[in-house]
Amino acid sequence: MYMFITSKRKSGKLMEIPKSFLGYKRENGRAGTRNHVIILPVDDISNACAEAVANNIKGTIALPHSYGRLQFGADLELHFRTMIGTGSNPNVAAVIVIGIEPKWTKRIVDGIAKTGKPVEGFHIERTGDIGTVMKASKKAQEFVMWASEKQREECPISDLWISVKCGESDTTSGLASNPTVGNLMDKLEPLGVHLCFGETSELTGAEKVCANRGATKEASDKFMKTWSAYNDFILKEATDDLSESQPTAGNIAGGLTTIEEKAFGNFQKIGDCKFIDVLEPAEEPKKGKGLYFMDTSSAAAECVTLQAAAGFNIHLFPTGQGNIVGNPIEPVVKLTANPLTVKSMGEHIDCDVSKILSREMNLSEAGDKLIETTIRVANGRLTCAEALGHKEFVMTKLYRSA
Amino acid sequence: MATDIIIHDKKDNVGVVVTEKITPKQDCKCWIMEDDSSTDIQSMDEIPLGHKIAMTDLKEGDTILKYGHDIGKVVKSIKKGEHVHVHNVKTKKW
Repeated sequence: MYMFITSKRKSGKLMEIPKSFLGYKRENGRAGTRNHVIILPVDDISNACAEAVANNIKGTIALPHSYGRLQFGADLELHFRTMIGTGSNPNVAAVIVIGIEPKWTKRIVDGIAKTGKPVEGFHIERTGDIGTVMKASKKAQEFVMWASEKQREECPISDLWISVKCGESDTTSGLASNPTVGNLMDKLEPLGVHLCFGETSELTGAEKVCANRGATKEASDKFMKTWSAYNDFILKEATDDLSESQPTAGNIAGGLTTIEEKAFGNFQKIGDCKFIDVLEPAEEPKKGKGLYFMDTSSAAAECVTLQAAAGFNIHLFPTGQGNIVGNPIEPVVKLTANPLTVKSMGEHIDCDVSKILSREMNLSEAGDKLIETTIRVANGRLTCAEALGHKEFVMTKLYRSA
Repeated sequence: MATDIIIHDKKDNVGVVVTEKITPKQDCKCWIMEDDSSTDIQSMDEIPLGHKIAMTDLKEGDTILKYGHDIGKVVKSIKKGEHVHVHNVKTKKW
């Protein structure tokens, strides 16, 4: 868009983009950037069991959440899609599924088993927590010791599935950190990576400009239909002008005034790319390499959880005022251009691009720096969020249960 | 000289403060990203990092342009150099 800043580095050299990274090859041909063994509760009341197993068996992680009972229709389908997708993500080596009853537990186990990875289900009824914890712990120990011998191997860069979402945005997001992500997309898209952006409601004001980025008329129409449905829902439920929700109080403190301003900033994340399809929440992309739009909420943990469930294996998260979100299975790389955020909460920032604002760094250099950071994290370097223990796993619920 | 304000697009009637803050009567250097040009403005208010300054006089009902696009409407008239935010601009959506 801004030609002179997407040009060469000041030194005149273009960075050579690495053609591979070190990942874990999975049974279904995908590659992971992480090697987790997860304990997945089917429902809210199985969290205690799952957490007890993860406490017993070191190197496993439990993914407690709040739902999974009496859901129905599209909401239940989304629940299963998120559960099965999370277990199927290539960053996960093996899965223990624990539910209250056998039927829904089996449905999730069978869904994950299609990837070919080790998965086993346990149900609590007629056994109780203590017996279930014992049985599941034995299997979890077997899985984690098996997974611990997996080695990283050279994988083509096209095995990266990169999702993006911004949070606690301010005007520095739209000026610099979001365009840095856009620059990365422009450079990596031709190399055959999968890319995904979402945040349906945060495109409000920029929806027509975004729709025009559909690679086909079908994709554009699908986007407008998806955006309109979300907007109708917000208008129906809104009791005020959404001030302090959209934009958030943090956004406003950072200088963002309206949803439209936030939307045009948000939109900078896709660079000059066109999206080839529109995904349902947590839906796995099926049209091959390229950029996808996913219908998601704009709340950070909800959005990243859905993108991870769709199979994305590394996440880029530009922030202005300093969102600190992480995800248990998909590493979340933070970048910011806000020098005050770097100064006051640097332990959350993986990639500092604040020199764009002082014009000591151009956008192409920032994009290169983010590519370097992304590859290092894909190779195994912990993100700030991982080191700080951020594991926000938040299921999206569409409506009340029956 | 350091840049105090960045403007996305030539059409825009607001710019963004990119230093820690600007103070009243400060002569500010502005950089327009779209065509790499420069301009100057004198601020009327203290404006913190990330907040917007009016590049021109704006009256009630006028449209705020940023990224070359409509980002909301003026609800209280604004003089060139004043702070532009939720006290004088509102969304046209929601």
